[in-house]
Amino acid sequence: MEHTPPQFFHRGPAPIARLTFFALLSVFLMVLDARFRYAEPLRQVLAIVAYPLQQIATAPFTAIARSREFFSTQSALREQNTALRAQKLRDAEDLLKLQALRTENDSLRRLLAAKEQVPGEAIFAEIVYAGRDPFSRKVIIDRGAQHGVQTGQPVVDASGVLGQVTRVQPLLAEVTLIIDKDHAIPVQVVRNGLRGVAYGSGDGSTLELRHMASNAEVEAGDLLVTSGLDGLYPRGLPVAKIAKIERDSAYAFAKILGQPVAGTTQHQQVLVLAAEASAPTWSAEPDRAKKGARTKRSARKGE
Amino acid sequence: MAANPHHILQPVKVGFMTASVVAALAFNLLPWQDVRGVPDLLALVLTFWCVHQPRKMGIGIAWLLGLVMDTANGALFGQHALAYAALAYTAQGLHRRILSFPPWPQALHVLVLLLGSQLLMLAVRMLAGGTFPGVSFFVGGVIAAALWPLATFVLLAPQRRPHEVDETRPI
Repeated sequence: MEHTPPQFFHRGPAPIARLTFFALLSVFLMVLDARFRYAEPLRQVLAIVAYPLQQIATAPFTAIARSREFFSTQSALREQNTALRAQKLRDAEDLLKLQALRTENDSLRRLLAAKEQVPGEAIFAEIVYAGRDPFSRKVIIDRGAQHGVQTGQPVVDASGVLGQVTRVQPLLAEVTLIIDKDHAIPVQVVRNGLRGVAYGSGDGSTLELRHMASNAEVEAGDLLVTSGLDGLYPRGLPVAKIAKIERDSAYAFAKILGQPVAGTTQHQQVLVLAAEASAPTWSAEPDRAKKGARTKRSARKGE
Repeated sequence: MAANPHHILQPVKVGFMTASVVAALAFNLLPWQDVRGVPDLLALVLTFWCVHQPRKMGIGIAWLLGLVMDTANGALFGQHALAYAALAYTAQGLHRRILSFPPWPQALHVLVLLLGSQLLMLAVRMLAGGTFPGVSFFVGGVIAAALWPLATFVLLAPQRRPHEVDETRPI
């Protein structure tokens, strides 16, 4: 070792060696994350580092939204108030009906010895921002593990299903939207009870009802609601409206596209529902669609 | 405003390097609702320091910052880290060549580097089964490369000497 350079010129390992090391480490982490989801603890540590920066970056936008709310004119408020009163009256009527129906439903269920659906506790949250990852469709909400959010919980807004919590950080949670390509949700056509599974179509704004026969009885404008078959989403939540149907006799299946009913704007309020308590036991062989299985598996872990 | 070969720069302050990197990270963490084609300033600043200070900024730091980006973005864990590490490696390897050009040809080099790192991310995500985000995904890289001369001007500003001629100064 007489020919080692003096310490003055020492520059550590060669760049290509460093690159190889870090590239292999990245690939290792990606495989862990994508296939086994073991990278969560490290992710949580880094999330704590990124959180203050994130808060600083989003603070001006939050402040602007808040101040705009503060400076809204009185007439606008009065208008809104009148509209809300009218809405409340209309809703009160529905609510009365609902109560009657619920008691009736309860007694009927008891008669059928069906499991009672326990309405769980819902967590109120606000969308902080849409995920910046252009390869997936996610939003970030301002409630996390500290507030009791768990992976797998369904998230809804005033008009319908928004998605599902897929990753929880201490103070934030990530919601995968129903329009994400990797998301699947079991649905039912309200008009005739036809069941199917809706996937994110991959174009970023629509859902696709796959594996429906080309003569399936679906029409444009039909409302899709959750069927509750996955034991995850409660039954009967609006999901999407059928927007377009292409029937081609050359193919066995029709191409059915739906427009989601829930919106995903910033500072929008959402509800994180409790996951269904009466989930059936996991069957021995999960022979369901592969795409949905990933999200469901993660959901099951969280329960 | 270019790195004029006759213009001797003062040594860089590590504090300024850190501040610029943190500022770029904060810019990337802004709530870009559904805006596509936002330049990745962190990648640009990393490239800049790898080219101008290859001994102070390197693959390891770039990789760590990539992990922070992945966490904040909710992207696949390691996707940005891999892309940034590769970006830092190429930028370090090419730094002498890049610095011998005037600003706009430098920007062309940087364009190739940034698009390369984006292509790497795209390849990784397509392999992992992601949605193809469309050609608009690459617009950010083009805009970031176009910002290179501006970045040179701003990030080298603290290192430039005042112009007044001092008779007692040796150089």
